[in-house]
Amino acid sequence: MSDEKTVTFPVEGTHVMMFARSIGDYNPAYHDPGAGEGNPMGAQVAPPTFPQAVAQFDPDYPLRIKDGEAWFGSGGTPSGVEGTPATSGGLHAEQHFEYTRPVRPGDVLTARYSQGETWEKESRRAGKLTFTERLVDYYDQDGNHVCRARGVGVRTERPVDQE
Amino acid sequence: MKASEISVGQTFEKVVVEDLKRTQLVMYSGASGDYNPLHTDDLYCKEAAGYPGVFAHGMLTMGMTGTLVTDLFGAENVRKYGVRFTNQVWPGDTLTATATVQEIREEDGQAIAEIGIETKNQDGKTVVLGSATGLLEG
Repeated sequence: MSDEKTVTFPVEGTHVMMFARSIGDYNPAYHDPGAGEGNPMGAQVAPPTFPQAVAQFDPDYPLRIKDGEAWFGSGGTPSGVEGTPATSGGLHAEQHFEYTRPVRPGDVLTARYSQGETWEKESRRAGKLTFTERLVDYYDQDGNHVCRARGVGVRTERPVDQE
Repeated sequence: MKASEISVGQTFEKVVVEDLKRTQLVMYSGASGDYNPLHTDDLYCKEAAGYPGVFAHGMLTMGMTGTLVTDLFGAENVRKYGVRFTNQVWPGDTLTATATVQEIREEDGQAIAEIGIETKNQDGKTVVLGSATGLLEG
């Protein structure tokens, strides 16, 4: 299990605010740097699932439009790519976060990616499922461990049947 | 949350979203950086990907469910939070998260609680199932 790559993730207050709003959390701890005084959460802190937003800083992240590359979402036609639509990235089966300490604006995190296990399973609702595990360890600017994220992705043989 | 105020088996419930809006999927795409058209692009979903329409990012459901975890512990006290995604979440869904206290223990003088987490939609179908661990206040 070797390191695949590293991504630098500067954590900014505005980004934390946008992320918190998007999950429907309006706690002032997420958007007011002065909320520390008298707030049980203390100084501005990021929600536990925020490390996932490292995607914004990952140059190779597949689920973002990139300069000069075809995008598989719709424009004039249902998909911008020919043939079988790229369900790029597949679906998310599991996600786990384990914290050494909370993430706060001002942190400059280094995300180290590594590949975990891969396994297969048959399912009634979507055919053959291929599961892939991915680990991301986040370290701060002093080299101290902050968080480990373990994600399990699944690629389905066909779209998931709706019951 | 204080150790003296909770007990094993106790449950907490929160409606984490009512009538989920497509706009919230757009907000989550923008904030997280996950711009998969499966979550924002109805035309792509229906005519290219074979789904009835856009559906929520698993991580949005985990994030919304996580607001119950952070309401209980405070975001800075969460040490573990993990889920399995068991069913898709669609615009219009109303999701209710339930936390059940499973264990309260002390590590190096620090009180810690483990809670089980389950979020169901308006039809009673489980959409995420998981657990969280957090530090308790003295």
